[in-house]
Amino acid sequence: MGEARDGVKVKRVVFVTVGTTCFDALVKVADSQEVKDELYRRGYTDLLIQMGRGSYLPIKSTGDDGSLAVDYFTFSSSIADYLRSASLVISHAGSGSIFETLQLGKPLIVVVNEDLMDNHQSELAEELAERKHLYCARPLTLHQTIAGMDLNSLVPYSPGDATPVAKLINRFLGFPEES
Amino acid sequence: MEKNSSCCFSNLSSNLPITCLITFITIFLHRVLNVIYRTGKPLGKRVSPQRPLSTLIVLGSGGHTAEMINLLLVLRKERFTPRFYIAAATDNMSLQKARVLENSLADSSETKGLSAEFMQIYRSREVGQSYVTSVWTTLVAMAHALWLMIKIRPQVVLCNGPGTCIPLCVIAFFIKVIGIRRSSIFYVESIARVKRLSLSGLLLYKLRIADQFFVQWPQLQRKYPRAHYVGCLM
Repeated sequence: MGEARDGVKVKRVVFVTVGTTCFDALVKVADSQEVKDELYRRGYTDLLIQMGRGSYLPIKSTGDDGSLAVDYFTFSSSIADYLRSASLVISHAGSGSIFETLQLGKPLIVVVNEDLMDNHQSELAEELAERKHLYCARPLTLHQTIAGMDLNSLVPYSPGDATPVAKLINRFLGFPEES
Repeated sequence: MEKNSSCCFSNLSSNLPITCLITFITIFLHRVLNVIYRTGKPLGKRVSPQRPLSTLIVLGSGGHTAEMINLLLVLRKERFTPRFYIAAATDNMSLQKARVLENSLADSSETKGLSAEFMQIYRSREVGQSYVTSVWTTLVAMAHALWLMIKIRPQVVLCNGPGTCIPLCVIAFFIKVIGIRRSSIFYVESIARVKRLSLSGLLLYKLRIADQFFVQWPQLQRKYPRAHYVGCLM
């Protein structure tokens, strides 16, 4: 489709998603000049922000003047298409968004919302970052993470498996083992 | 002599309610302890493995529902029939996902007729609701949960948080105590919980309400030794 302009420029989209939450701190920092410059330097051409219930509106830009093109929307019934067309995903720490992105094999930076009261969400992001499946950042450190990331060092996530649970449930209830 | 016996009689009659109460409490406590003792003990080999078990599936929301669907995909449906899905009244997405799953089953297998029902349950407290009104809404939610559980009387309860599953599990526990139905309660802690259990998980673990308790990270299993480590569901 719109992949090449005169065969020179290939679209490389950064998709930012906050899910159904309100996470203005992430939207704001993704829209900051610092982060946009860093993304542009790393070869990305477009920034698409799914801003959820937040109130901060990013500044739209067509990117004709040799900078990042910026666009945003609030919600979509299917985030999957946006994830699929992205070259980099920057997401809130919800487990739904994290695993949907990892299972599509997309490079992912998770930004932890420090304003949440019960912040258990950082546990999952930090654990997966330790296992090198993704990068974990805070709103204030996002630009450093983008500058320092090495996407080739990320380890692909192999999808989980529910059969061990099913096996234990079946055994407990006295159903015969599956052959 | 006569005086003495009538005195004895009046003494007995005034003690009767107390005696009844003590007897009742003793039987009740005995039942509670008995149920707790049997919790977590496998049911043993089923006499007729073909007989399916009625199953209640409590859907959380978002990530919780996705994990539950992954589990349902690998369970043999003919063993867990009929299936009752319950989600919070404020959560429309979860039941929708369960319907998609059930429809795909109806298309692919020979199971005739709908073996699934979908229900919503009131939540005891919405985010940001005041504590004064939440007393009333909690009562309504409990009554609603009780009504649904008496109607369903599931043999198997599958849940993975968040809070919606607590009243249902507690009622399932008391249905066991009364002896109406012995249901097996399975709880899978969310994949998002790496180091600490959720409040729902902690309650079901500590109060020994869950027959089997699953965690998805080894760190948690080390901290809660009665839990089973099962790896990631997602």
